[in-house]
Amino acid sequence: MADLIKELEKEQLRESTPEFAPGDTVRVLYLVREGAKERIQAFEGVCIGRKGGGVDETFTVRKISSGIGVERIFPLHAPTVSGIEVVRRGRVRRAKLYYLRGRRGKAARITERRTTR
Amino acid sequence: MPGLIGKKIGMTRIFDEGGVQIPVTVIEAGPCPVVQVRTQDRDGYEAIQIGFGSKKAKRAPKAELGHAAVANLEAAPRLLREFKIADGDAYEVGQELTVAQFEAGDRVKVTGHSKGRGFQGVVKRHGFAGRPGGHGHPMSRNPGSLGPGTDPSRVIKGKKLPGQMGGTRTTVLNLQVVRVDGERNLLFVKGGVPGARNGYVLISK
Repeated sequence: MADLIKELEKEQLRESTPEFAPGDTVRVLYLVREGAKERIQAFEGVCIGRKGGGVDETFTVRKISSGIGVERIFPLHAPTVSGIEVVRRGRVRRAKLYYLRGRRGKAARITERRTTR
Repeated sequence: MPGLIGKKIGMTRIFDEGGVQIPVTVIEAGPCPVVQVRTQDRDGYEAIQIGFGSKKAKRAPKAELGHAAVANLEAAPRLLREFKIADGDAYEVGQELTVAQFEAGDRVKVTGHSKGRGFQGVVKRHGFAGRPGGHGHPMSRNPGSLGPGTDPSRVIKGKKLPGQMGGTRTTVLNLQVVRVDGERNLLFVKGGVPGARNGYVLISK
């Protein structure tokens, strides 16, 4: 019966997500509803972790906005997330980059990953 | 409208158009054939008896087989339950009730057999606070004082004490139907529903 749950969840998954991993700089396009109007807003930053699986999967994006660190958690399969673009691949050795929170400026850099997987 | 008998499949989440995640319980409900109609004249009350699922012929008592045969069913239902009907509603034996009687946005009540948790203390069973865990306090989860002393010289009836928790018939009211899947006989209800997965539940408006 758990299979039926899996099947139902599969119906809700988005058809394709670009392959991205923690350390990558991503640009998330999401729908914002202002009254009756809908518009697409972008949030660009470093993906510092992915969490969960199936419809429950979320990812956290961190950016520095006018000197202040801002993090947003997006449900990977939410219909409001209309697109995800990978801007830059990063080479990191952790699955969760929470250590970036304690760093700023030069110390918070991530080296680019050049090899294609 | 009466209700349906269903089986709890499990929980998941679904997104609405606004991207809001709604926790839902998936219930496989119906189709439930009307097995018998209770009437005021014969039984003293108005209700319908509906069935759900099926039993192997060799597992069903002859009485149940006969009862099912009267309603033109191939097999004896696994579960028979009665639902009161409103005045003026007419049902026929053999008629099938499906999830089509519900639609998204409806408020329903769901009855199930809650998970048994055994003999539990007051902290888990009634949400008592217990003592603070640190700062020099001795650890304790006991109920504390049972009430005033000399007057009334007894413990007031209904005092919340340790005891059996769960494993009882429980009804959750005012649950919102989020989605109805008529093809697969599924009902998506917002929030939790009593009982374990694969447990039987009764759904009514």
